[in-house]
Amino acid sequence: MHRYIVKRLLLAIPTLVGAAALVFVLMRLIPGDVCVVRLGAGGTHVDPASVAACHRQLGLDNPWIVQFLDFLWSYCTFDFGISMWSGNPVVQEIGTRLPVSLQIAVMATVIAVLLAIPLGTISALKEGTWLDHVVRVVSIAGIATPSFWLGIMSLILVLNVTSLATGTPWLPPIDYVPPWKDFWRNLSIVALPAITVGYRYSAVTMRITRSAMLEVLREDYIRTARAKGLIEKIIINRHALKNALLPVVTLIGIEFAFLIGGLVITEQVFNLNGIGRLLVQAVQNQDNVLAQALVMLVVAIFIFTNLVVDVLYAWLDPRIRFS
Amino acid sequence: MNIRTGLWTLGVALAASIATAQAGAPTPKRGGTLTYLIPADAPPSFDGHRETTFATVHTVAPYYSVLIRVPPDDPSSTTEFVCDLCTEMPKPTDGGKTYTFKIRPDVKWHDGSKLTAQDVATSWNMIVFPPKGVTSARVSYYSMVDKIEAPDDSTVVFHLKYATTAFLPALADPFTWIYKKEILDKDPHWYEKNIMGSGPFKFVSYEVGQSIKGVRNPDYYHKGQPYLDAIEGIFTPKQSVRTDALRADRAAIEFRGLPPSARDQLEKELGDKITVQDSDWNCGNVLTPNQRHKPFDDVRVRRALALAIDQWHGAPALAKIATVRTVGGIVFPGSPLAATKEELQQIAGYWPDIEKSRAEAKRLLKEAGAEGLKFELLNRNVDQPYKFVGTWVIGEWKKIGLNVEQKVVPTGPWFQNMRAGTFDVAMEANCQSVVNPVLDTGKYLPGKIFPDNYGGYDDQTSIDLYNKMQYETDPKKQRADMRAYEKHTLDEMAHEIVLPYWYRIVLARSYVKGWKISPSHYLNQDLSNIWLDK
Amino acid sequence: MTAITPGSVTSAASADTAWRRRTLAGTVLGFCRRHPLGAIGFVIILIICLAGGLADWLAPFDPEENDFSTMMQAPDWIHVLGTDQFGRDIFSRLVFGARTAMIVGFGAAVGGGVIGLILGVTSAYFGGWFDLVFQRVLDVLMAFPLIILALAVVSVFGTGVFNVIIAITIPLVPRCGRVVRASALAVREVPYVDAARALGFGHTRIVFHHMIPNVLAPFLILLSAFVGQAILAEASLSYLGLGVQEPVPAWGLMLQGSAEDYATTAPWIAIFPGLAIVITVLAFSLFGDALRDAIDPKLRTR
Repeated sequence: MHRYIVKRLLLAIPTLVGAAALVFVLMRLIPGDVCVVRLGAGGTHVDPASVAACHRQLGLDNPWIVQFLDFLWSYCTFDFGISMWSGNPVVQEIGTRLPVSLQIAVMATVIAVLLAIPLGTISALKEGTWLDHVVRVVSIAGIATPSFWLGIMSLILVLNVTSLATGTPWLPPIDYVPPWKDFWRNLSIVALPAITVGYRYSAVTMRITRSAMLEVLREDYIRTARAKGLIEKIIINRHALKNALLPVVTLIGIEFAFLIGGLVITEQVFNLNGIGRLLVQAVQNQDNVLAQALVMLVVAIFIFTNLVVDVLYAWLDPRIRFS
Repeated sequence: MNIRTGLWTLGVALAASIATAQAGAPTPKRGGTLTYLIPADAPPSFDGHRETTFATVHTVAPYYSVLIRVPPDDPSSTTEFVCDLCTEMPKPTDGGKTYTFKIRPDVKWHDGSKLTAQDVATSWNMIVFPPKGVTSARVSYYSMVDKIEAPDDSTVVFHLKYATTAFLPALADPFTWIYKKEILDKDPHWYEKNIMGSGPFKFVSYEVGQSIKGVRNPDYYHKGQPYLDAIEGIFTPKQSVRTDALRADRAAIEFRGLPPSARDQLEKELGDKITVQDSDWNCGNVLTPNQRHKPFDDVRVRRALALAIDQWHGAPALAKIATVRTVGGIVFPGSPLAATKEELQQIAGYWPDIEKSRAEAKRLLKEAGAEGLKFELLNRNVDQPYKFVGTWVIGEWKKIGLNVEQKVVPTGPWFQNMRAGTFDVAMEANCQSVVNPVLDTGKYLPGKIFPDNYGGYDDQTSIDLYNKMQYETDPKKQRADMRAYEKHTLDEMAHEIVLPYWYRIVLARSYVKGWKISPSHYLNQDLSNIWLDK
Repeated sequence: MTAITPGSVTSAASADTAWRRRTLAGTVLGFCRRHPLGAIGFVIILIICLAGGLADWLAPFDPEENDFSTMMQAPDWIHVLGTDQFGRDIFSRLVFGARTAMIVGFGAAVGGGVIGLILGVTSAYFGGWFDLVFQRVLDVLMAFPLIILALAVVSVFGTGVFNVIIAITIPLVPRCGRVVRASALAVREVPYVDAARALGFGHTRIVFHHMIPNVLAPFLILLSAFVGQAILAEASLSYLGLGVQEPVPAWGLMLQGSAEDYATTAPWIAIFPGLAIVITVLAFSLFGDALRDAIDPKLRTR
């Protein structure tokens, strides 16, 4: 097991370097740079001399290879650099935004699981009935809806419902407060985004739960259990669900990693100051250093979650051997 | 309140102007917190001398003072300026080449120390003559300035190289905050990440990318102001959030300007709980054909592009969906130097008869061998009004058989394509703060004179016409010279196509009082005269 | 070599041939009976494809013709779904938008799918360090944020429909590559591939003639899911301003501008393109699910 983990961690290195190279090149392929954006943000006046000075100051006039090696080497020394846009350390820029995104991601995952596992199970048990169909359509509609539309519409729904009910439209606060400062205010801010994201992700989890459950229900041991006259509830809870959950766990882990990188749009719709919104800003401002750091973070989270999922999977299912 | 009233002491002048402006209106109430929306992501820094984005102004202006400014109670005036830190507007001496400002004796920094003329002179020297390693974004506005000095602690003198009417408007630039000399001497970059001024509000806290908070400055020198106890600006880059926030009263006002759709929606839902202020905006989109690319080097093709656009009918219709409204030439329509409707109608693209105009456009295209031309319109990834205006002009061009694809890219690539000359036709914006037509129309000079002109042409006639206008001191003659320059730029050579000017619609909850709209979202943002009626 | 039928080797493939043996009509009827949702999905897909294909005849108005005299009109008998901000007929734009959606959806799905298929099978076939490198590449692409890819593509090449397809295709490649590689690994071990190799067939022939046909089942299922995902991705890119651009009629684009501005004052502008996207993606998901259940209930794909 230890050897397996070490091997996986070693394999992560080329992935990280590959991601670094890719983001490095892509950010530089985009015409213009942070100096042009910053000096021209207000109107159309971009003074060539100021741009040149800015390039020099930020090291943008160095050859790419020098910049790239510099980037890799600084990461080896755990120096993640200074944002080219704000001049603040990248660690600080990300540090203030990460809690928001993590909170939404965790809450959304919990909501997705709470919705998906019961629905998926019911859907499998009632396969082919109208209940199965309704559950599936409602759940799949979640991923079939563009996330920004779902977000905007849910906000308008809240506004209209409160307006009808109380006469004054109500909206959650638009400035984030961490839960340890004001728990209820925090909850009122994150609830709606977490529910919309959770609903979307429940569809994926529901489908896998349903098909895993269907598969398990066809297995011999379930038939045996049924033949022995065991109560259906016990069969489902003790035998079927437990085994069906294996692939579900895998999926939840992988989805969580995607979720972190996928909050880009939700955070904008709900005005949440998280890393998804920061990524969009970094890319639009052409803040190479910050964009690189964010991509490396997202990729690292992805690799780490995958590792945890695989280890967990093996631990749950003794049939799997690490090779 | 014009420059002449500046002869009074400022306190008296202000009291008088408040009395006239609000005759019959209730007296301002004290107290309360104003929550306002900043329609942007976090600005790169707090340093107004260095930045160009309005996000810096909307975030930090309430904490600083300036030397002179547009009148806070009549900010839509395009010709008047009043003192902020000075005691009276000076009359220039030395044939219009020397301006001597007396600095108020009662101004304190937020750290409690006294603000002197040395602070003012040092700040202005940083703006006009930045030392090596310091960036100042507006050096080019002050090419007329020769020297700035403070002979004593209450006097600042500006010596000019030549007399010009462009000086005072440039001096009223809203980014020219006064910083403390002691701090600048120690670290000229200190103000990028810190705030310490002498303005109506004291800085309290900043959550990067989320909000900025300030409280009332009890020692503020404009007596009685500010009326608010506290302010909080919330960064809300997405428009839907801003409209929703105003509707649910999570914020009271958005100062930049919202589109007509938001106005219609909020008026429908909130009735008299919302107030609307609107104004022509000293910003406009401009189409620049790239004359390095064939066939845009052919004046017939450029004229056809202009003639195809039905400005007179398009502008009022667009005004229902986009933040544009008034048809204008190269000069802001509110200015005395601007063209009248009759004068405009002589110019290609402004003809009153659109059918005749389109027929001429088709004829020109045919003559130039460019019928059914296919090209790309480079546009910026900003909905209002860039993309709306872009969609409109593409539809207009389609009517004379042109096949245009819209290439929409974020700010960086947009600029880079224009700078590198890699575009066919670009949707540019000419956006200025203080209305200063002589400086603002420099935009239409060839690139060798004005580096931010991206049309890629050389044209000595254009330069000569501009210079004649620039140095003319008689208003009537200057106006005639401006017409000649305008006709040459837009009609004869069709170097640029000026599209309808932007229209600023500011929505606020009705309890927000005292703030007045101006033709620029950069102006009048220190919030000292706002009060809450609740 | 033709004597060796691939049918006998894997469960996926055997289900495949069993399916093929029946008459077409019988198969379709059986599918409809067992998977009514999938059948409905298929009908919807058919309608959308037809709408897109026949847009020139179906649409009553020019979808790109601005007409300020008919701005933001509510649905009536002339404009059945109303008009948008520029006075364009929403029904016409939806019908032409179906064409854009199908081009983007199928373009990206087929593009991403085929590249993923070839890479996945090749990687499984050769194994060794090629496979190792390939997997790392997939990891990178899997975890890489779409917005940076999209922005780079769009900034360098522009925002045409084709470039949007490229931007959406890239992240689909690893999703397909992974699944195909897993299926192909199983195929690689079967005797006839060894036999083919022993007979001295070239790598290309073995990969294309013997391995790819055997992983087509999971591939087709993925493909149906990808079309829906691609349509959604276009909408997301539109929200960031990086999707298809005006005046081209595209659902995501129609929704982006209107959802924010007109949700309460002119709701028809925001609702119909939203519905078009939801129904289409739903149809592809339901059809894909049914296809998976029909071909092999054991195959699990995402």
